[in-house]
Amino acid sequence: MFLQQVVNGLTLGSVYALIALGYTMVYGILELINFAHGEIYMVGAYLGIIFLGIFTAAGLTSYSLSLTLVLTFLLSVIFCSAYGFTIEKIAYKPLRNAPRLSPLISAIGVSIFLQNYVMLTQGATDKVFPQLFPLSAFEVFSIRITYMQLFILITSGVVMLLLRFFVRKTKMGKAIQAVAQDKTMASLVGINIDTIISVTFIIGSGLAAVAGLMVAMYYGLVNYSIGYIAGIKAFTAAVLGGIGSIRGAMFGGMLLGLVESLGASYISGEYKDAFAFILLIIILLIKPGGLFGKSV
Amino acid sequence: MADDMTQSKANIPDRLRKIRPVIIALWLSLLFLPFAGIKASVILFIVLGTGTVLMKAIRMALSKSNALDSAASLSCRIGTLPCSRTLRRVVFLFLIPFLFIAPFISSNYFIDVAVLSGIYIILALGLNVVVGFAGLLNLGFVAFYAIGAYSYALLNTMFGLGFWSALPVSVGLTTLSGFLLAIPALRLRGDYLAIVTLGFGEIVRLVLNNWDSVTKGPNGISGIEPPSILNVSLCNLSYYYYFVLVAVMFSVFITNRVYASGIGRAWVAIREDETASSAIGINTTMYKLYAFAFGAFWAGFAGAVFAGKMQFVSPESFTFIESVLILSMVILGGLGSIPGIILGAAILVLLPEVLREVQLYRMLALGCGLVALMIFRPQGLFGGKNVSFRS
Repeated sequence: MFLQQVVNGLTLGSVYALIALGYTMVYGILELINFAHGEIYMVGAYLGIIFLGIFTAAGLTSYSLSLTLVLTFLLSVIFCSAYGFTIEKIAYKPLRNAPRLSPLISAIGVSIFLQNYVMLTQGATDKVFPQLFPLSAFEVFSIRITYMQLFILITSGVVMLLLRFFVRKTKMGKAIQAVAQDKTMASLVGINIDTIISVTFIIGSGLAAVAGLMVAMYYGLVNYSIGYIAGIKAFTAAVLGGIGSIRGAMFGGMLLGLVESLGASYISGEYKDAFAFILLIIILLIKPGGLFGKSV
Repeated sequence: MADDMTQSKANIPDRLRKIRPVIIALWLSLLFLPFAGIKASVILFIVLGTGTVLMKAIRMALSKSNALDSAASLSCRIGTLPCSRTLRRVVFLFLIPFLFIAPFISSNYFIDVAVLSGIYIILALGLNVVVGFAGLLNLGFVAFYAIGAYSYALLNTMFGLGFWSALPVSVGLTTLSGFLLAIPALRLRGDYLAIVTLGFGEIVRLVLNNWDSVTKGPNGISGIEPPSILNVSLCNLSYYYYFVLVAVMFSVFITNRVYASGIGRAWVAIREDETASSAIGINTTMYKLYAFAFGAFWAGFAGAVFAGKMQFVSPESFTFIESVLILSMVILGGLGSIPGIILGAAILVLLPEVLREVQLYRMLALGCGLVALMIFRPQGLFGGKNVSFRS
């Protein structure tokens, strides 16, 4: 039972970690809590349903399932990145030198807009995500792991490794680190800050899209309001690990997933959502810097 | 040779700039494509395209005739107009009698909306103490509103307490909860504080939703008695209107007096520069605590008034979006400006009522409006005087 909940928690946690990475990267660079990030995740989940529907109608799903899956992921990621890019240009860029409250409120505005835009165009009721993976599972030491869970764990692991490689080794990634450390200095050595900020939003939104798609496949249901709670939880994960730290976001996501899953099964299922908030408040009060401190 | 190179390089963005509005319109409608379908996206493209082209043409024409400058100065003048004393007096002279005779000359529907805006004005004034005066962003303000409403509801339905004996208890409870949240939370700054308050708001809502034995969960509590004065129950709508009107005037008067007092000055000092104000001997933590508790006080008051009016409370009335709505009222009116906030609250309650046919698009417009407000007029309608928000 305990180990079973650990596996469930890790699955959930890896999704939180993916969303948290977007928060942490944006915060590391702009010191902005990107409230709209949770909505990007929701948009990603919806895009998955929409594209999958188109592919199924075109007969691609019956032709090759894996090709459909790859194309759906790719298209959702591209579209979500475009959303992130556009949101930054419209709602955050004009406010870069404004008082810190302004972009935060602007972000809340974007979040409300996206939620209602999806609700108006896609309806307020739950949407069903078609079952792609067999529901079957395999057992290791009497722990039941579904193929879907395995898929989520592997995908998020690979994505996080790729991100780590990108930030550590590539020129662009190093530029992102430089901007996070000191914007003025980075621009003095010839880094285009605007480009870096755009890239950050694009990567963060892409990660959120992957998370959204995987959650939609996992639960099989999508609603326009899932973004808000998921966003807050992912933010909690980011703070837990130390906002601004990529390693921290990954770790924080996993930890939050574990706490939630264990808390729901051992303490109370009704207050499942409250655990994240209580954890957030406790951490901010005891160790506001998070577990891994600040550094992108 | 090198010159040629830069020339040709500069030319490409130049050419692009001419069709930039079209590109932007195309880009946005492409983004909308998967959700809205082909037809809506094409319409959007045409609307956006013509819109941006028109905007550009108008701006070009304006800049040629130097009209932009005069327009800017005009908007400046409009911005400062409400601050003038005489105008304020004139407005008061007409508005106050109108507000008192309103129930005789208008429909029940209007009075109902007016009562609702009154409650929101009290809430917005309370939030203004926290955000506008003291500069602390509170995203979970609705939690205090909920505590006020539920404590009156419970005291009334479970213990049979009347409004006037329950009011001090429920307002006291709310103020106390403001204190209790503030003591740990005020060690944090800026957006962290915002998130903790948001978390608090969610926890309160979850508790109201799940603690079935006391709060009756999502079904809410019904059968709450409306307040009564001299044994006259205020279940009549116009009586309630007068009750709320007096309550609003009371809260405007008190917040105004507190703002002008030493405490208010200290709040503004902390908002403007925390380090400097602690250097001149202001106990910043203490005054921030006061601001939080004082804001919560009004939220509790408004909550009790709300519960008395609706005679029913449920967790649905206390969601995050409600917090955002109250915050929008404060920001729209102008942080720190009491007349602005009254106007902001009235606008945001009345507008959806006026635009009932397009009610579906209400929240969509609120979202766009918040972004636009932050970009074009961050100080709100009436603000801008001595307010520089820092966190």
